[in-house]
Amino acid sequence: MTAEPEIVLEARNITKRFPGVVANENVSLKLHRGEVLALLGENGAGKTTLMNILYGLYHQDSGEVLIRGEPVRISSPSESIKRGIGMVHQHFMLVPVFTVAENIILGAETGNGPFLDLKVARQRIRELSRQYHLDVDPDAYVKDLSVGQQQRVEIIKALYRNADILILDEPTAVLTPQETEELFAIIRSLTARGASVIFISHKLKEALAIADRIMVLRRGRVVGETTPREATERSLAEMMVGRSVMLEVEKGEAHPGAPVLTLENVTVLDDRGQQVVNGVSLEVHAGEILGIAGVQGNGQTELVEAITGLRPVHSGRVRINGRDVTNASPRRISETGCAHVPEDRQEDGLVLTYTVADNLVLNTYYTPPFAHGIVRDDRAILDHANRLIERYDVRTPGALTLVSALSGGNKQKVIIARELSREVRLLIAAQPTRGIDVGSIEFIHQQIIAERDRGAAVLLVSAELDEIMALSDRIAVMYHGRIVATLPAASATREELGLLMAGAQPVNAASELATDGHEPVNVQRRGV
Amino acid sequence: MQITDTLARPSAARIPWVTIGVWGGLAILVLVAYLRAPQATTAVLTSTIRQSTPIILGALAGIMCERSGVINIGIEGMMLISAFLGFLFNVWTGDLLLATMGALLVGAAVGAFHAVMSITLKVDQIIAGTVINILAVGLTGYFYQQGLTTRGKLAPVSIPVLADIPIIGPVFFSNPPITYASLILIVVIHVILFRTAWGLRTRAVGEHPAAADTVGIAVNRVRYINVIIGGMLAGLAGGFLTLESVGSFERNMTNGRGFVSLAVMIFGKWTPFGAWGGSLLFGFANALQSQIQFLKNQLPPWLAWIGDLPPQFIGMLPYVLTIAVLAGFVGRARPPAAIGKVYEKE
Amino acid sequence: MERAESQSPLQADRLAPVRSLLRAMIVPVASVVVALAIGAVIIALSGANPLVAYSALFEGGLGSGRAIGRTLEKATPLIFGGLAVSLAFKCGLFNIGAQGQLLLGAIFAAFIGFSLQGLPAVLHIPLALLVGAVMGAVWAAIAGTLKAFTGAHEVITTIMLNFVAFNLTDWLADGPWKDRSPGNIVARTPAVAPEARLPDIAGVPLGMILAVLAAIAVWWLIWRTTIGFELRTVGQNASAAKYAGISVRRMTVLAMVASGFLAGLGGAVETLGVVGRFQPGFNVGLGFQAITIALLARTNPIAVIPASLLIGVMQAGASRMQFNSGVASEIIDVIQAIILFFVAADSIIRWVLRLRAEEGERVTLSSGWGS
Repeated sequence: MTAEPEIVLEARNITKRFPGVVANENVSLKLHRGEVLALLGENGAGKTTLMNILYGLYHQDSGEVLIRGEPVRISSPSESIKRGIGMVHQHFMLVPVFTVAENIILGAETGNGPFLDLKVARQRIRELSRQYHLDVDPDAYVKDLSVGQQQRVEIIKALYRNADILILDEPTAVLTPQETEELFAIIRSLTARGASVIFISHKLKEALAIADRIMVLRRGRVVGETTPREATERSLAEMMVGRSVMLEVEKGEAHPGAPVLTLENVTVLDDRGQQVVNGVSLEVHAGEILGIAGVQGNGQTELVEAITGLRPVHSGRVRINGRDVTNASPRRISETGCAHVPEDRQEDGLVLTYTVADNLVLNTYYTPPFAHGIVRDDRAILDHANRLIERYDVRTPGALTLVSALSGGNKQKVIIARELSREVRLLIAAQPTRGIDVGSIEFIHQQIIAERDRGAAVLLVSAELDEIMALSDRIAVMYHGRIVATLPAASATREELGLLMAGAQPVNAASELATDGHEPVNVQRRGV
Repeated sequence: MQITDTLARPSAARIPWVTIGVWGGLAILVLVAYLRAPQATTAVLTSTIRQSTPIILGALAGIMCERSGVINIGIEGMMLISAFLGFLFNVWTGDLLLATMGALLVGAAVGAFHAVMSITLKVDQIIAGTVINILAVGLTGYFYQQGLTTRGKLAPVSIPVLADIPIIGPVFFSNPPITYASLILIVVIHVILFRTAWGLRTRAVGEHPAAADTVGIAVNRVRYINVIIGGMLAGLAGGFLTLESVGSFERNMTNGRGFVSLAVMIFGKWTPFGAWGGSLLFGFANALQSQIQFLKNQLPPWLAWIGDLPPQFIGMLPYVLTIAVLAGFVGRARPPAAIGKVYEKE
Repeated sequence: MERAESQSPLQADRLAPVRSLLRAMIVPVASVVVALAIGAVIIALSGANPLVAYSALFEGGLGSGRAIGRTLEKATPLIFGGLAVSLAFKCGLFNIGAQGQLLLGAIFAAFIGFSLQGLPAVLHIPLALLVGAVMGAVWAAIAGTLKAFTGAHEVITTIMLNFVAFNLTDWLADGPWKDRSPGNIVARTPAVAPEARLPDIAGVPLGMILAVLAAIAVWWLIWRTTIGFELRTVGQNASAAKYAGISVRRMTVLAMVASGFLAGLGGAVETLGVVGRFQPGFNVGLGFQAITIALLARTNPIAVIPASLLIGVMQAGASRMQFNSGVASEIIDVIQAIILFFVAADSIIRWVLRLRAEEGERVTLSSGWGS
């Protein structure tokens, strides 16, 4: 080992502007052979933009990129692929209706003249799969794979193209803690064979666990560079946000009251007619937060849709405040005092071409004072908007600005303001802080806790285990459409939850965890 | 991992019993009809194949465009303009082959126009198609002059030996060139879409353009080429109308066939063979309509009332059928996921 | 395709509406000018003099009191058609079937008009108009219901329903409702009773007055009522509408019903005001003209009126143009199609004039098939 290994990738003074924002300003980085460089920053800090420039999806306004010391102009992904760069995007770039092999060879097809021949490709995929312990079946359809498996397909896709510089964009966002461990093992075996990895994340723990070096971006600038040995979670958090932040959410004791939401044996079908919620029963009480933990795609989305009337309940009962609202219309359920912060705010929570004011009455426009009969009262709508903008600290030029012009955090505040400005007895919040800045996250967390303390029942669904653990009073774990366990939040551990999320039997899991230390979980030992 | 080697692909493993049943049943029905009234049955079936020609060509045009993610509601207009100009080429050159080539080229040009509007100019794709439809009616109406005469139309070519087989011979092996071409194109397009690299890329672009982009596929280029190929297919359908079927041009002579093609495409779940099944259904409805006078006397007594229906009711049949097909099949078919969406990087 | 913010009920700056109105007019006006220029090239290519042709066209449409009367007459059904298409657009629906809905409205208004005798005008006219409008609504409701419950795309179903409507009205006019008076051999209904004919009010045809009132009513419905808010929300983002408790299915059917009602009313007005009976081949092409008008007016109900008048002028002057210059009257269809192209592909005009794209609500139709 030499003291200074070869620099495989270097960016010098990269600047990239989008209308209205500078996404990257004078950003420079170096990546050495065989190292893991963590690129840390909160949402909107410019990490993904920088990587898209290195991968040829965008072109920088100024600055240069060098690969193995040679200045290059990467104008398209095919160029970066040719130069050995592979990228695993945060939202996987896989065609769901294609097989694994078809996805991997896409763009680098093998065959007989124009005709496809997958035989050679399957062979290569199996070899790679063996070499790096990436267990995937080349003939499975991608839509049938778990997210963890899909991620491996993405990694093989890059390796198939002989990539030795791998960019992983928020790779752990959708994984269980155990799957994250497995990914780290894969990353280590990659670097051991001479590959270099850029690991993009906003999760401090993970950066400290996997990286050789850590670079922190804030508002498009590099604000610091460190190593896991020198840094702590607290120091990284301060670098990322630019001020000291609370790593813990402050909340007092819960005082649960009567049940507000009651589910009895609820089953729900997805769009393809598959049963994705299998007999869920649970209660959420007034004055408590019930968090649903689980890997994305285990039925949480459909469960929330069924409760809020957006998707038919196939069998079972849904009660709110004792009233049966099974398969009632979304309007009727909303009128029982059920507020809903939807998972996909751009798509489902807002009309982007409407003003902030219109979005703030999106589900109350027909009630007084906003309407008299069928006639709208624009004055009342505007006054209402101005009040909420102030109370919820929505950063907007005005109530008549189109909501599309707002930042992610402020868009989410518009939704929170709209939903909480009514009398709320049940709050259903799905992924309430996904992809927004730390300031907005803190604000939204405070609002959710305030709602609980006011006596509302809160059902929180989040893919972020940390968020679930920080906010919930009780945690229900969902796996394959079932609630596999419900635990008090105070005593739940990450490991335990992670195992449950991966489908471990609750009783066994508990007993194995109890003996943790003497008798590690069998599944894992065999895996490694 | 090794086990999977022996596992067949699920799609290959499934035997389409329903499809086999339906076609088997139809075959028996045709046989019975043939035994009772050989001439009428042969006439109706021959007419079915020919009437279905423009529909399947239009549907193939739709499939090429939509598999790559571009909605093409302008097939009707593409057919009309190509039919008109193909006819004019025939009038000017007197060469049917040249005229057919001309219709193809015109189709390609109109396809390129659709691509420019919906890919480069980012016009809503349905409105872009509507622009083509309206432009086609206006331009052909304006430049059309009555009294132009042609020098004939494409004549049927009998394939020796095969043409002498009863029923199958006259129906499949004694057709004019564009009808043969349409049958061959069904197979060709199936192979392109599902057996070639180009087809894989086309489908990737229609399902998940960002995924295609990140592996270095030029999304918009793939779309352009497919929409132009689609235009050529629609052009051939137009050429069929003036150069093979009618022999002259009439105003608005496409009569909604472009829209019927789209319904057939959906019915066939965006596959060439599925669409062919659908277009035969429509060909059959049209064949009944065109053969009704001939059939009147041959109907069994319990169907005699059909012969007495006002012609307008029989004229409605293909259109009512289209609506029924759409209503019955749209919900069950899954269109390419990225259809109708302009691809923009982030 | 984009709507200026001028109609937004929530507007802080008082002068902003005027400014954005002017800005919103640039693209449509430029589109018309460019389309006329390209039309001139086509006319010249076909060997005629474009100046002669155009002056005859506008003389025939505006040159005299009678010419203006003809223009108003042509513009009236166009306003109804343009409103029908615009209203559907607001809900994200593309009603290409205004033609068929108009035919149904026309023949049923004619039926009420000729079959009832001796009814006073104050009853006969409203009844005939209402029946015509309702039949148009019923015809459009078929497409709306199919869209809402099966996902069948309205662009195809409404076109197909047009063909069915051609056949159906043709059969009615040549069969059960045929004019059996001696000497008539063509397919047409008997003339409507004199009491059912639309009068002029202060020199203005009643039909035109109704058209203007309809435009105002549609504007009010869209921008001032909760129903309009629901329609627009479904049109802008059906998914968000569903989350906000709005029934997308109900609004889809409702929008098509309202759209068909307007188209049917247009047919009834034309029958009772101008033609006096139903004849097949009546107002062919109106469905397409209505689309051009709706997009030229950028789906603004009030702007539909001037857009319809413009197309009305061309239609009224077409025969004089053909007579004076030998240019086939179909050139106006070509010009309309080119107008449509430029208002749809407004990025061309914006690029030429260096205008920025507008913010705000858009017409989005290409959401694919189904759902």
